[in-house]
Parts: sequence; C-alpha cells; structure tokens
Amino acid sequence: MKIILNNTAEEFLQETLTINELLNLKKYSFRMLVVRINGALVKKEEYKTAAVRDGDDVMILHLVSGG
Amino acid sequence: MTSEELRERLKAKTVGIAGCGGLGSNCAVALARIGIGTLVIADHDTVSGSNLDRQYYFLSQVGEPKVSALKDVIHRIDPAIRVISYKARLDPEQIFLYFRDCDVLVEAFDLADQKKMLIEAALSLFPEKPLVVGLGMAGWGKNESIRFRKSGNIYICGDEISEISDQLPPLAPRVGIVANMQANTVVEILMQT
Repeated sequence: MKIILNNTAEEFLQETLTINELLNLKKYSFRMLVVRINGALVKKEEYKTAAVRDGDDVMILHLVSGG
Repeated sequence: MTSEELRERLKAKTVGIAGCGGLGSNCAVALARIGIGTLVIADHDTVSGSNLDRQYYFLSQVGEPKVSALKDVIHRIDPAIRVISYKARLDPEQIFLYFRDCDVLVEAFDLADQKKMLIEAALSLFPEKPLVVGLGMAGWGKNESIRFRKSGNIYICGDEISEISDQLPPLAPRVGIVANMQANTVVEILMQT
C-alpha cells in the first residue's frame, strides 16, 4: 500500500497495517504519540486495532518535552 | 497590505496560548507587538530566576504568577490588547471553556504528556480549530533542523526531536525561533480566514 506518513509518501508491501505494526516497522519506539488517520484521532487503546490502508494520510506526532 | 490595514484585521482576532513558559511568553510578545486584539493565556506556574534564560520575563517579576507577569509585559507593549488570563493547571474541561472562542490555539506546554493531553483534547473538542504546536527546541545551533509542517488543522514548529534535559537545556535563541515561528504561523492562519 502507498500512504502519506508525516507529509512524506511511503510504500509498504502489506495491504494494510495496524498502527502498532506501523510503529514497529518504522522502529518508532517513542512513548508519547498523537496519531491521526485521515484527520481522525486514534487513541492509544486503538493502536493495536486501527487499520491503515492504501491512500491513507497518517500523522504520527512524537511528543518530546520542551516548551 | 499596509501596517495599518494589517492591524485593523488582527484587532478583531482572538488567539489562545496554552502555557506561558519559553514558547508561550515569547509567542505572546510577538503577537502583542503586531496587535492581536485578544490574547487568552493560561499557566499554573510562577516566574523563577532560572526561567529568565529563555522566558519573556524580567528579574523584578520573579515570584509572580506567570499569567500576571505576562499580562504586564503585554500591556507594557500595548495597553489596548485585551488579555484574558487563567492561573490554572489545564484539564480538557478547562481547555474547552477557556479556548473555545479562540480563532487559533497555540500549544505551548512543556512536558510531553501535557502536550499530548492538550493536542488530543483540542482535536476531540475543536476538530476544526487551527492548532499551532511547538515541538523540539532544546539546545543551541542547528538552525537547519528547525522546520515547519502542516497536517490538516495542526501546524508543527520545531525540530520534532530534541528533548530538553540537563545536558540539553532550552535556551532563548532556539526557543525564541520556534516561538516566533508559532506566532508567524498564527498570523498566516488569521490572514487566510
């Protein structure tokens, strides 16, 4: 599938991935995240079930302290 | 557009700033200088001496609540600016009550879990409201890593990677760049609507 991930076009062999699977694939080991799929907020409890599909626009914000 | 025309437009606008630390105080000052009509500011904290290396406060203000000190700073720049201030630790209910009438909301919290709470609350409570996030501004130098991107109604300013620590403190130059980038983003958003 082809998706937009954090404003960048990316391609994956899989047809669909859960958020957790995507985080593992990208080696995102961050603790604090804000995730959106096509503008819809995905809560942490949903990371293991929420599915990313071809054409989706995904935002994974890694929150770091500072401000 | 002339300066006067710009000021006329911005005078009618309301901007919310959640957090009055390094990002919030500097962003508020930039927005005050260009004449945003109403600023809604919130922070639970007081000014301490160790804040002065990056936060827009003065030595004489140490010990004062940040929202009062920032209101004074803003009014020293322009007494016509309306400042609505809340000395409080924000929870989602307060975020809704305090910021619902803002045209744009600036995210200027410090701790990562608080930033997450605010962003998720804003996305749930006001899904259409522009949200300008400050993320990653620790240390010094590395100008080239400070960037800007937009994701729907979320605008992200910062390097998105540098976390503050003892070895990598937040300092005025870099914090100021991100805070002013947030203010610059606010103006861009307001001038589009």
